[in-house]
Amino acid sequence: MDIIKLSAIDMKEKLKNKEISSRDIVEAHIKRIDEVDEEVNAFITLTKEEALNTADEIDKKIKVGENLGLLAGIPIGIKDNIITYGTKTTCGSKMLENFIPPYESTVVERIKKEDGIILGKTNMDEFAMGSLMETSYFGSTKNPIDLERSPGGSSGGSAAAVKAEEVALSLGSDTGGSIRQPASYCGVVGIKPTYGLISRYGLVSVANSLDQIGISGRNVSDAALMLDAIAGHDIKDSTSMDMENINYLEGLNEDIKGMKIALPKEYFNIDMDNGIKDKVMEAVKVFETLGAEVEEVSLPNTNYALATYYVIATAEISSNLSRFDGVRYGYRAEGYETLDELYMKTRSEAFGKEVKSRIMAGTYFLSSEHAEEYYEKALRLRTLIKDDFDKAFEKYDIILSPTTPNLPFKLGEINNPFIMETSDIFTIPVNLAGICAMSIPCGYIEGLPVGMQIIGDRFKELDILRAGYAFEKHLSIGGER
Amino acid sequence: MAYKTIIGLEIHVELMTNTKIFCSCTNTFGGEVNTHCCPVCLGLPGATPVLNKSAVEYAIKAGIAFDCKIANNTRMDRKNYFYPDLVKGFQISQDDKPLCSGGHLELELEEGTKKIRLIRIHIEEDTGKSIHTEDGSSLLDYNRAGVPLVEIVTEPDINTPEEASLFLEKLRATLKYIEVSDCKMEEGSLRCDVNINVVDTETNKKTNITELKNLNSFRAAVRAMEYEEKRHIELLKRGEDTERETRRWDEVEGKTIVMREKAGVADYRYAVESDILPIEIENQWIEEIRKNLPELPQAKKERFVKEYDLPEYDAGVLTQSRELASFYEETVKHGKDPKQISNWVMGDVLRRLNDEDLEVEDLKFKPKDLADLINLINDDKISNNIGKKVLRDMFETGKKPEEIVKEKGLIQISDEGELKEIVKKVLSENEQSIIDYKNGKDRALGFMVGQVMKVTRGKANPQMVNKMILDIIEG
Repeated sequence: MDIIKLSAIDMKEKLKNKEISSRDIVEAHIKRIDEVDEEVNAFITLTKEEALNTADEIDKKIKVGENLGLLAGIPIGIKDNIITYGTKTTCGSKMLENFIPPYESTVVERIKKEDGIILGKTNMDEFAMGSLMETSYFGSTKNPIDLERSPGGSSGGSAAAVKAEEVALSLGSDTGGSIRQPASYCGVVGIKPTYGLISRYGLVSVANSLDQIGISGRNVSDAALMLDAIAGHDIKDSTSMDMENINYLEGLNEDIKGMKIALPKEYFNIDMDNGIKDKVMEAVKVFETLGAEVEEVSLPNTNYALATYYVIATAEISSNLSRFDGVRYGYRAEGYETLDELYMKTRSEAFGKEVKSRIMAGTYFLSSEHAEEYYEKALRLRTLIKDDFDKAFEKYDIILSPTTPNLPFKLGEINNPFIMETSDIFTIPVNLAGICAMSIPCGYIEGLPVGMQIIGDRFKELDILRAGYAFEKHLSIGGER
Repeated sequence: MAYKTIIGLEIHVELMTNTKIFCSCTNTFGGEVNTHCCPVCLGLPGATPVLNKSAVEYAIKAGIAFDCKIANNTRMDRKNYFYPDLVKGFQISQDDKPLCSGGHLELELEEGTKKIRLIRIHIEEDTGKSIHTEDGSSLLDYNRAGVPLVEIVTEPDINTPEEASLFLEKLRATLKYIEVSDCKMEEGSLRCDVNINVVDTETNKKTNITELKNLNSFRAAVRAMEYEEKRHIELLKRGEDTERETRRWDEVEGKTIVMREKAGVADYRYAVESDILPIEIENQWIEEIRKNLPELPQAKKERFVKEYDLPEYDAGVLTQSRELASFYEETVKHGKDPKQISNWVMGDVLRRLNDEDLEVEDLKFKPKDLADLINLINDDKISNNIGKKVLRDMFETGKKPEEIVKEKGLIQISDEGELKEIVKKVLSENEQSIIDYKNGKDRALGFMVGQVMKVTRGKANPQMVNKMILDIIEG
């Protein structure tokens, strides 16, 4: 039995049945990491020793017959912008190269409570800005499917680690597609839950009205299991929703007959790499076979999404990243004479180019001279984009689209940042509207994976999970993958 | 030439909620540096704020007290600027949707009542404190970071430093009344910035507005305003103007000094604070707060005049603090004559408190004790003078007046037989005084009464003594 090839759910089952020990699982994954990660570079920090200690504790629990948590024995990667108490949290930046947080994030607390085993902190574009894993201070992560290609970003490390079988599950964050696009590039499942479903306490803010912690997994059930473990109200995050807990894993199996599916015509009119549209349309046929009703829908304000996103995201970035000033923690430049010099040298030396350009743009959009023209207008447009979805969800259960118009780029291939900005066109509206979406593999083109995006209404994760699960089951029965 | 001074105030008041505005750290003044801190108030990456409902409630109380309109829908915003005492690079505050808007305070001036209008009251977080050491380094204490504040902004309705002073006094009294802040300027729980300029009323020429900061006491604020008023008028006289700038008050030099020029002032780049959901305030909650609000100073004063038949002046003094007013009312409850009690409270009690720089809360005796003391006098058990002595004792020991009177044997001698013996004896020893009195020296009577009081160590009933002496002499 090759442990690393097991799904998270299977690992847990075999652990419970005492077919394998928790230590076996962790050791197998450490071995895998040692083999591949020098090349893949999915991790910034590894926590092998703590992982082995936790594994031994879990084995002890099994021995004495104690109850096990939802994530018992499952090796997990955590994106490096999620705070881990006592373990370096760098955000992929020189600014926080040696930052060891003195507190715990809510998600990590919940993972630990559920006996999950954290194997390390995954690589990411600097402060989650970038979508090719080319801006990390700690070097690019490679796509395990083709090491010359990008795994996507910014949660590229989290997706690659799952694909490369270094961990079974991982957490990422998604501000404009940062979980879904890497999931698409790496051929894994990636969920961006509804804004407010998972506590952001301990997620280092990029654009805090758009950021959401989410999950990368090898299949829908694994992702649902993780969602069960970490979703739910947290008094420390006032934007987290106080509602009845839903059991996602248990709800998966319901069939999707009669489910109403919409295809946004604006999305399908966008230029895409050859074959992507066809793959998604094939998937649509599968849904029809499964008894779903598919219709076209219009999301008329789609055209404004990119500009709206760019203004709001950079405005919030410029504010959120102000705290990195060299005064209290993180990098501090040497050789300054005045306070302003301390700020300027620190921030010039420790932020990368992409981060600086976004801070500058956001500062401009918020300046008293331009706020009305840009920031305030963007806030109003955001409402219109939200309204488009609200209207669609009055009639439909889910919306289908490609996750990204591109197959994975080669690393270093893109030198025009504008291409990457437009490539987020399918994922960005979801963040602006605060709704949920998932990327799920729907086929391969010349060995490169294609991701399909399933979009659901606010807190309707179960709808997208059920659709994804039914699709996944159908494919594995059909044996197409 | 005639000049008119135009003053607007911006007052920051720390709210005395139990915990800070966005986290559960204790909200308290002082403490060992950086001990009342957590990831949230230190602005650590990833930590998210949660709005303290009490802070909103306290601010609404202030809004109601000043007759503001309370918003049903409001939100928090970010005010972006860099300073080491500001942990996040932005202050969570309110921009264009303040919690309270409008409102006013009335000043009683010699020429009548004057309304000072408020523009707004909003809530925000306090910053940490920079401590600049002598060797030139700066240390940071974040205990104050995240303490809830209200910022109260007035219209430029104030026209003299005296009016500003009256306004501040009244504002402080009211905020203390409704128990939202202790308003201690020396501890920084009330801080005041001033915007001041002067207009020549004949030519309508105005000076640029000067902002005054770092005013550590009401006195400093008034002196700084007086200084600026004069400076602006001098400039106008010379046909000059001042820069639009921020100045601070130098206590030692007795003058204002330029801190920074307005041109270099930061653009705060206000943005929505989306970590905190929009705040919805239901009218029902506002009404509940209104109902539970204590009686405000003005209303209380008017009631005192009506209910206790007190002169305006007395009512004003007695209602200057909530504690003093309730001390007075409690005393009246156990006593008889409200005006007599007012005299005692405003006189001996308040004088002593002021002399020793104490508050009513520091008194060792209870209102009932004071009432009992006054009753002893009214019942002719002790004389007024003995009463004052007993009160002094009560200040020091907190003992009951009866106890003091009994212990020290101060009960007034009102027994006619006993008193007559003493009077006769004193008169027999002072025959010259009797002669003097008969010769028209009225003072001699006082002397004889005094002698009786001396012999009885003040315990004799002076009215009785007076009458007895006259009876005997003229008898």
